[in-house]
This record gives sequence, C-alpha cells and structure tokens, in this order.
Amino acid sequence: MEENLKIQKQRGLFMEIQVKSADRNLLLELSGELDHHGARGALREVELAIDAALPKTLVMDMSGITFMDSSGIALILRVQQRMQLLDGSILVCNVPQQARRVLDAAGIGRLVTIR
Amino acid sequence: MKPKAQNEFLLEFPSRSSNEGFARSAVASFAAQLDPTLGELEDIKTAVSEAVTNAIVHAYPDSIGKVTIRGRICDGNELELTVKDKGRGIPDVDKARQPMFTTGGTERSGMGFTIMESFMDRITVRSAAGKGTSVTMRKKLAPRVRSAK
Repeated sequence: MEENLKIQKQRGLFMEIQVKSADRNLLLELSGELDHHGARGALREVELAIDAALPKTLVMDMSGITFMDSSGIALILRVQQRMQLLDGSILVCNVPQQARRVLDAAGIGRLVTIR
Repeated sequence: MKPKAQNEFLLEFPSRSSNEGFARSAVASFAAQLDPTLGELEDIKTAVSEAVTNAIVHAYPDSIGKVTIRGRICDGNELELTVKDKGRGIPDVDKARQPMFTTGGTERSGMGFTIMESFMDRITVRSAAGKGTSVTMRKKLAPRVRSAK
C-alpha cells in the first residue's frame, strides 16, 4: 500500500505526508511546515494511516520538514500514544536542526527514540 | 520608561491559523537587519510561532480576533517582540507557563512557553481575564562587524 496524502488547508502553506506501509511497518515521510496550521490536518491523516495499517513499528521521517514548533511535539506524542495502544514502537528520524532544537528544548528524547 | 527604539514595526492580522507562517516570515524579515545567524533567526521564528499560535488557539477559541505584533530594535543589538491579543486572557499565567500544561487538548503539547523561554532571553507575560494577553520576548543578538550605517 502506498498513498500520498496532501494536507492542504483553505489557504496558505501546506504540509505533505507520504505514507508507505508493508508487513505492519508504517513509514510516514513528512515534509513542509509543521506548525499548528499544518499539524491539525496531519494529525487526522496520520491517525487514519495508523488505523488502516495497525502497525507494529512506525517510523516518522522528518527530513522534509522545513519548520517545526511545539505543534510537532503534540503530533509525535499523539502518535506515540496510539502506538502504545497497539503495543508497537515509534522511531523519529532524519530530524532537521531547527526541529531537533525544538524537540531537545522540550526533552522529547526522553520519551521517544530520535535518531 | 522604555528605551528608544532604533527601528520598529507594528503588524496586525486576524487570528487565522494560515497567518502563523506569515507572522514568522514578517518578523524574520524585520530581524534580518540585525544580521542574525541562521540559528538566531530560527530561534526567533520558532518563538513567534509559539506566541502567535497561543493567541489563535487560546485567546480566540471560538471566534476570529485581532493579533498584533510589535517589533523593536533596541540598543545593544536587542530585538524586542510583543505579541498581543484582546481575547479571553489566561486565568493563571504561572500555571500556563509550566511545561506540559495545556487546555488545548491533544492538538497542543503544552510546551509553547517552554520553547519561547528556551529560544529567547527573557519572556514577560501580562494577562487579564476577558481583556487579553501580551507576551513580550527579548533576545540579544551577537554583534557582528558591519559596514552598513
């Protein structure tokens, strides 16, 4: 299964999530600006992808993120909660420097594996 | 009394989430005249994003209201930014500033003020129930040798 979900709000910038799923492994490739505006649509789409795949492992690839604020933290923590319910694991990888500093300031590395 | 600003701007926009990116970009354009490093500019954009998002989500939860940003460049290469709304106010500012505290549900992490405090030098929050909130953030940028006047 592979699908491409574009999160386009009524106006302005958008973020894009590429979903790749195989063998109950789910890969989410996020790109664009992960602020409150972008995260609102992203959260719904990510939850739909999790419900469809019921993954054992979920990888969030952040390499395409050009900006992230604490809205990204909320998204990651929400995904982590969903994966805990499924008894699965989550890995956040390829985090750009600006987003990494946001995660570090909030101490998210203590809660979620970031590589 | 406030020190005289070397330069300043005032920006006003409705509390639509599509304006979050606009607010970041506008402030970054103004801050560019201080010749910031990329890291400093990212810090400023991130802090602005948090303050503006707070106004959009918490000040006007069920309506669209006005958000203003006043930016000032002060002596000593210091940038001062005040994000202000006329929304419902924060009942307990100290509680709101605690990490992980939020009234915004699963969409919010409760880390907004923590990020602002971490990325700027000083944060002052003034709020009154039913009257609005004002968040002033200051950051001193590392001075660089410049030939421009």
